[in-house]
Parts: sequence; structure tokens; C-alpha cells
Amino acid sequence: MHSTFTTYDPDGHVFQVEYAMEAVKRGTCAVGVKGKDVVVLGCEKRSALKLQDTRITPSKIAVLDNHAVLAFAGLNADARILIDKARLEAQSHRLTVEDPVTIEYITKYIAGVQQRYTQSGGVRPFGISTLVVGFDPNDKVPRLYQTEPSGIYSAWKANAIGRSSKTVREFLERNHEDDMDREQTIQLTIKSLLEVVQTGAKNIEVAIMSPGQTIEMLPEDQIEAYVKSIETEKQEEAAKKKTARTSTTTAAILTRGGGESGDA
Amino acid sequence: MEVLLGITGKDFVLVAASKAAMRGPTILKAEDDKTRQLNKHSLMAFSGEAGDTVQFAEYIQANIQLYTMRNDTELGPNAVANFVRGELARSLRSRSPYTVNLLLAGVDGITQKPHLYWIDYLASLAPVPYAAHGYAQYYCLSTLDKHHHPDISLEEGLKLLEMCTDELKRRLPIDYKGVLVKVVTKDGVREVDFDNDKIVKSA
Repeated sequence: MHSTFTTYDPDGHVFQVEYAMEAVKRGTCAVGVKGKDVVVLGCEKRSALKLQDTRITPSKIAVLDNHAVLAFAGLNADARILIDKARLEAQSHRLTVEDPVTIEYITKYIAGVQQRYTQSGGVRPFGISTLVVGFDPNDKVPRLYQTEPSGIYSAWKANAIGRSSKTVREFLERNHEDDMDREQTIQLTIKSLLEVVQTGAKNIEVAIMSPGQTIEMLPEDQIEAYVKSIETEKQEEAAKKKTARTSTTTAAILTRGGGESGDA
Repeated sequence: MEVLLGITGKDFVLVAASKAAMRGPTILKAEDDKTRQLNKHSLMAFSGEAGDTVQFAEYIQANIQLYTMRNDTELGPNAVANFVRGELARSLRSRSPYTVNLLLAGVDGITQKPHLYWIDYLASLAPVPYAAHGYAQYYCLSTLDKHHHPDISLEEGLKLLEMCTDELKRRLPIDYKGVLVKVVTKDGVREVDFDNDKIVKSA
């Protein structure tokens, strides 16, 4: 079973790839949300140790080209290699055809590299999933793609990868609307992350992409403001429920207990 | 007979490049841009073997961009110049070297000081206050020697540039179709309006 080669087992599983997907599940969560003319990436940041210099510790959000940005979940070290390959391809593409890559193209390229590492000997698949976002050159349509260790890629309106991604995705499914403006999109991104990130603003990173523009990292104090407003909103809602509950009795207490502990 | 000129000032670098794309005695194009922006604060002007020039410039451009993304740092003018020189020196010792002459203009993002580098196809590199490539050297350097000083304003710089182009119009036997002028400042690179239609009479 522990073979150095990536081979099938008799049931048609490629274990190495499934292990890689397990590594993704253990990675910190990353969210991507598309709005009308904006696309936002949100990442859960590991809390830094006391002596760590957070200013120069690498981020989970990486610029591939001026108009294309990637966030990943899984093994950081694997991501570095994949990101470097993608950056090289982005510049190489510019040089050969005098056009920046489209978001789909670079996604397909990344997925292609990931696939290759599932089918050749002596290598190990990339233990990461990625969200690739941005705008195609001279285009105002936001793009959001996901890649997986197997080499699958797919397009989304909003999606999450990594730890508790299922909870976040379900939250997005409930709350995502088409044609959200910039504010709404940022808000939904942070709100969805807060479903699984306990420590709040300090452990969240947000990047915003707009048409024809380079990456914009949301400053920490602004993230904090969003988190605060979302929390007060939540409290108000809880208070509303409480007043509704006092009129009825015990049954309501049960629903509250079930409703608020979303994740495990 | 391509013209490349560069003039530094107090907080800017002016770059002028002739607009004629020539092949032998024929002008193929009169609106050619012989410059490429390498990053926010540096601009490279090039002349030399047709084909080599653009190929080399865009290769440099891609690599500077790649470096910036990989390391999340913008290279300063000095670093860019030395990288370019290194690439040219490497190419020079290969089977098919690039025959490209360059002017590299940049403003340091931190000190905000202007820098100009003169680089030729033999990979010589020299930091200079003003520079010219090709025949323009013979006609312009004396003018620049006499009138340039390090803390000129952009207006003075443009006036100085006009003195140079006047002399070129007077002396160069070929119409180089005017110059495209760009300026590098702390805010980036932008094109400058320049009157190329002024008629200069020879003595």
C-alpha cells in the first residue's frame, strides 16, 4: 500500500491523490467570492507565535501576474513550487503571444501541472487545492476557479477550500447572491470565514481584485471593522431570537443550542 | 541612424527615441516606440539590430516582472541596470549575441533620485547624467556638456532636449521622423508632448 509510485488499487482509487486531498483538508481555509464587478479572496491565517515576524512571513495569497491572484489550502511548501511554475508561465505567455494569460488559461496550466504529478513515477502529488481569481485582460467579468491535487479544475460563483470548507461552502450556498457590489462581496467573504475562524480579524487575510487593477490587500483595521459590524449584527439577531423565545418556552432553547454551534 | 537620448534632472529622467523604424534606406514606420517599461519606475530605450532589440527588451521586461512577483519587491534602477548588463554580457559570449544598445532610465523608489545608465552591445555599463547612442552622440554630447546641470527642472530638461533635436535636424542627413519623449518620475513613466514639427534651418 505504501508504494513510492502513484498507482491504482483494484477499486480504481489512486491513494496518493486521496492522501493529497487529505492534506488539503488539514490546511487553513480559503474562500473566494465573485460579485458583480469584483472578486474577493479570504484566507484563514495561522495565528503567529510570539516571536514570529508576521510582516515577512509568506502569505497564503500569491500574485501570479498583475491581473491574476491565487490562494491555496494545504501544504505551504508544495504551494511555493506550484506558484513559481504558474508565475513563470504567466510571464512566458506574455513574452510569446504578447498578451497576459486569461484566468482560465493559468488555471488550466496549474491543474495540468498538478495532474502530471499524479501520473509520473517517483513524484508525489501536490498537497494543495487552489482558488485562482482575477479578470481577463480588457474584460470586466470576474473569474473564480478551483484546482485540486488530482488535476481537476472547475469554475465557481463562490467557493471554499481547506479546513471546514464544507461548512463555509454551505454558508455561501445559503447567502450568495448574483450581482453583489464590492461592499457586499467583501462582507460575505469575511462573514463566511467567520463561520470557521474563531479568533476573528487577526487571523483573516482579504484580497480584492477589480477590473484592470492589481491586487488590493484589505488593511487589518478595515477587516477588523467588518468583523465588528458582522458580530454586532449577529448579536442583534440573537437578541431578536431571544425576545421571540421568551414568549414560547423550552422548545426554543433547543433550537438555539443547535443553531449556533455550526462547526465541530 | 537611430537616435536615443537621455537626460537626468532634479527628480526625473527624460528619454527620447527616434520614431522612424528603418530597414536599409527605407523608413517602414514613422511612429515606432523604441522603449519598454520594465517596472513602475524604470524605462529602457533600445537601438541596434532590428529584431534583436525588441526581443531582448521584452525578454528583460518579462524577467524583471517575474522577479518582482517572485520576491514581492521592485528592483531599483541600479539592480535593473546590472541585471540587464549581465544578460547582455552572457549573450555576448554566446553563439548569437544580441546587438543592442540601451539607455536605462529610472527613479529610485526609496531615495527618489533619478538614475540613467548607458549600456552598449558590448555590455559596457556606465551611470551618466545624460547620454546618447549612435550618431546622436556626435551632435548632442557637446550641447549637453555645455548646458546640463544636475538639478534642472523638467521644463529646462525639455528645453535642453529641444536644443539637441534642433542640432540633429540641422546636421543628421536623414529624417528620423521626430522623437518620442517619455519621462520617468517617482510617480512612474509617462509620455510627454514634444513638438517635432519645428523647422530648423541649416547654416
